[in-house]
Amino acid sequence: MSNEHSPLWEVFVRARRGLSHTHVGSLHAPDAELALRNARDLYTRRQEGVSIWVVPAGAITASSPDEKDSFFDPAADKVYRHPTFYEVPDGVAHL
Amino acid sequence: MYGNDFSAPGDAPDDMPGAGLLGEVEAAEAELRAAAARERRGGPAPDEDLAAYFTEVVDAEQKIEPRDWMPEAYRRTLIRQIAQHAHSEIIGMQPEGNWISRAPSLKRKAILLAKVQDEAGHGLYLYAAAETLGISRDELVQLLLDGKQKYSSIFNYPTLTWADVGAIGWLVDGAAIVNQVPLCRCSYGPYARAMIRVCKEESFHQRQGYEILHTLAHGTPEQQAMAQDAVDRWWYPSLAMFGPPDGDSTHSTQSMAWKIKRFSNDDLRQRFVDMCVQQAEILGLRIPDDGLRWNEERRAYDYTQPDYDELMQVIKGNGPCNRERMAHRRAAHADGAWVREAAAAYAAKRADKREKVAA
Repeated sequence: MSNEHSPLWEVFVRARRGLSHTHVGSLHAPDAELALRNARDLYTRRQEGVSIWVVPAGAITASSPDEKDSFFDPAADKVYRHPTFYEVPDGVAHL
Repeated sequence: MYGNDFSAPGDAPDDMPGAGLLGEVEAAEAELRAAAARERRGGPAPDEDLAAYFTEVVDAEQKIEPRDWMPEAYRRTLIRQIAQHAHSEIIGMQPEGNWISRAPSLKRKAILLAKVQDEAGHGLYLYAAAETLGISRDELVQLLLDGKQKYSSIFNYPTLTWADVGAIGWLVDGAAIVNQVPLCRCSYGPYARAMIRVCKEESFHQRQGYEILHTLAHGTPEQQAMAQDAVDRWWYPSLAMFGPPDGDSTHSTQSMAWKIKRFSNDDLRQRFVDMCVQQAEILGLRIPDDGLRWNEERRAYDYTQPDYDELMQVIKGNGPCNRERMAHRRAAHADGAWVREAAAAYAAKRADKREKVAA
């Protein structure tokens, strides 16, 4: 079970057709095919999904909570991106 | 079991897990979503005190996530508790695994196999949660094999008859659920989410145990006696699963303040006793406690405490099966080495082949 030989994989499951894949957890496996099989056994024992993605954990680059503000701030002062920003004159329909 | 960290005294809670434990799990999940929805804007400001920010997040019933700053002691406490919990799931496969080949029917075999497989799954969810705290699976496994981290003392008792499988499901899994349901509200996100999943799956374990005992208790006189004997042997060790009485509990008011632990050992033990009394009546089995009686004033049952000296002895490694459980785990780990190596070699060979094709 050496981590070197059995790297970490992140597992995403699609619960039903029409829903997006959602992160459910992680597991160790030597390669993608075994990761997929292990994910089936570990995370879908009760028919929780119709599709599974496995992604090498090392391949994921995450934003840092420390930079959360500066990183997402540019969107904060652009209220005009929301339809509620605009005043609609009385009597206008279908807008 | 498993998540009990043998912790601290605390105030008597008025929102203890109620009759519907599964309802409690659902409520915890709903709360988790609601808390996420009212998340405070933004992370800590560049010059903000990180410890104060951490406390603010926890006090606001928000979840701490892996990359957030956290006190080193919080991290260490969680690693110890989650690892002990994970180890318990893995070691916990042994007492019941003994009975898979001897279960009395194909149906019972299939059910028990599914339950033991669930325990393995729960162990893996929990190892994965612990790994988010910056410790590797290898290290955790090694700490167990070296005896440096513990697992629940309950698994150091033997399963002598088929009725023991029933008693484990009803009492041991029942106590585990009472312990675990509050953990669904733990302040650490990955642990809380793993526990929600575990608790939902765990409820079938308790019911299958209850069904086994109910069948035996309504069978022949011999079967009835076997069921009673199992309850007689598992009752007090199950009560001991909640840890020492609050006055003697070492781990911390701190765990309460950090919202890792929500209720004291004695509060959870009382809740468990109160639940079991009526369930035992329907089984037609006797809880082996002459001191068990309803206390109108407290609106709870008075009961005899388990032998805490025995609990400490078992924790120290002197229970009936401690050595056997660890020897079995070490042997299973060593015997599985070739499988891990073969899988790694196969993966490397296939990676090589792909490279050559690509070249």
